Amino acid sequence: MKSIIKIENLIFEYMGEEDQEPVKAINNISLDIEEGSFTAIIGQNGSGKSTLAKNLNGLLLPSGGAIYVNGWDTKDDEHIWDVRQTAGMVFQNPDNQLVSSIVEDDVAFGPENLGVEPKLIRKRVDEALESVNMGEYKRKAPHLLSGGQKQRIAIAGVVAMRPKCIIFDEPTAMLDPRGRNDIMDIIKELHEEGITVVLITHFMDEAVRAERVIILNKGTVLLDGTPEEVFKEHELIRSVNLDVPMAVELGAKLRSRGIKVPEEVVTIEEMVEFVCQYK
Amino acid sequence: MIRDITLGQYYPGDSPIHRLDPRIKIIATVLYIVELFIVNSFIGFGICAGVLFVTVAISKVPISYIMRGLKPILLILLFTFFLNIFMVDGRVLWKIGFLKVTDNGLYTAVFMSIRLLLLIIGSSLLTLATTPISLTDGIERLLTPLQKIGVPTHEIAMMMSIALRFIPTLLEETDKIMKAQQARGADFESGNIFKRAKSLIPILVPLFVSAFRIAQDLAMAMEARCYRGGKGRTRLHEMKFKAKDIWALIALNAFLVFIILERIYMTKVGG
Repeated sequence: MKSIIKIENLIFEYMGEEDQEPVKAINNISLDIEEGSFTAIIGQNGSGKSTLAKNLNGLLLPSGGAIYVNGWDTKDDEHIWDVRQTAGMVFQNPDNQLVSSIVEDDVAFGPENLGVEPKLIRKRVDEALESVNMGEYKRKAPHLLSGGQKQRIAIAGVVAMRPKCIIFDEPTAMLDPRGRNDIMDIIKELHEEGITVVLITHFMDEAVRAERVIILNKGTVLLDGTPEEVFKEHELIRSVNLDVPMAVELGAKLRSRGIKVPEEVVTIEEMVEFVCQYK
Repeated sequence: MIRDITLGQYYPGDSPIHRLDPRIKIIATVLYIVELFIVNSFIGFGICAGVLFVTVAISKVPISYIMRGLKPILLILLFTFFLNIFMVDGRVLWKIGFLKVTDNGLYTAVFMSIRLLLLIIGSSLLTLATTPISLTDGIERLLTPLQKIGVPTHEIAMMMSIALRFIPTLLEETDKIMKAQQARGADFESGNIFKRAKSLIPILVPLFVSAFRIAQDLAMAMEARCYRGGKGRTRLHEMKFKAKDIWALIALNAFLVFIILERIYMTKVGG
């Protein structure tokens, strides 16, 4: 499969205080994100996951190494807008990423910036709002909506730009459980429609829904693989102060009591399936 | 609740006035104000009031809603009324102590009050029947010619619409900060005015900090959505004059000519 984002030996340094050494937020990461894939990136606060996300569409530029989005170097000024259109981004705080006081105007903001024809903008806005089930709210003011609804508007705003890839930077961190579920369902749907999804999160139960899980620790890749492969290493994961998904934890506890739960059981659904079939 | 505050007093509706091109509405309001100053007779005011009343009726904004908006300026209205009544010289009608009411004074007072009242009702109709966003859009388009002399019209309009968007967010933030300070024993309600003003500092400092944080977040989100200024930008709502806008423009001009003729006629009769 073709890779849409190619990260080569990425180093990112934050400037520290004067006469102090710069802080390395990302220390030599190389990754390939395949087109149409669903990747979850997890890590503690300070693991560099948010910095990595902002590097993926040129909001931050690498201090060393390079990132190619759809073949364009993010450091190339000429293609920066192509990069950002290809790799859209949804941020953590739903309030601080909406620009307009009317929902449909906000969703139109991206296409307007791209210079899309007004008639086509209308079509894209309506489709994008439908895809997040917010069609009926298009004339409403965002500040009267719930956090989850605002986040759905933010997603619609990115979808309307027709990106190939969407980077979600902890999109559910500020939402209640219901809003969180809604957003996860929408992310899953977008992935099924063919959009490449990169989900930055610290909720393990969200990560298990991805096809590939990458765990970052102190700016480097600790683990990388399918959820089954990664969560097999639950002791290693715990050693860097991260939780493991509930089903994995339960599986480990059951195994220690002599019940042979297969290592592949990582989601709650799979665990339910296993328990129901257990004799 | 702090979030119930209506912005720019917009009254939601779908009347022909609501649907009119915002540019026409802004021009109409400016012309209407000019006309109020051209008029120098009560008949002229009668005509203006008539036109205003018909416009209000078409817009379907309830009169009571407009009147509620007048409350804050009642004081100014009374102030101008009494200032005029006592300050203008002329034939003395009544005398109360050192205050005297003259015929000219009474005339000017009533005249000015009517002018002020019509002016305020007329201009509030603009904000009542136009969404803040289309108002800023309209202002942007009307200012476009100024771009040639280097006025950043797009940026001005963008700033206005972002300010409108973030008023509720900042109000909520203020609410949150106040509650957090109150929970830790802060007192905003007692003491004299200086003490109260001083107690606002612990609210303002964190509010400023969070305003900057929000601005930073927003700037990043806008950049991520390919915002690069007004150049090459298209709009969802195209502003094109439609037939009804042309008719409104014709009606406006007819009204203006009529008012000017009325003024000339009245001056001739009067003088």
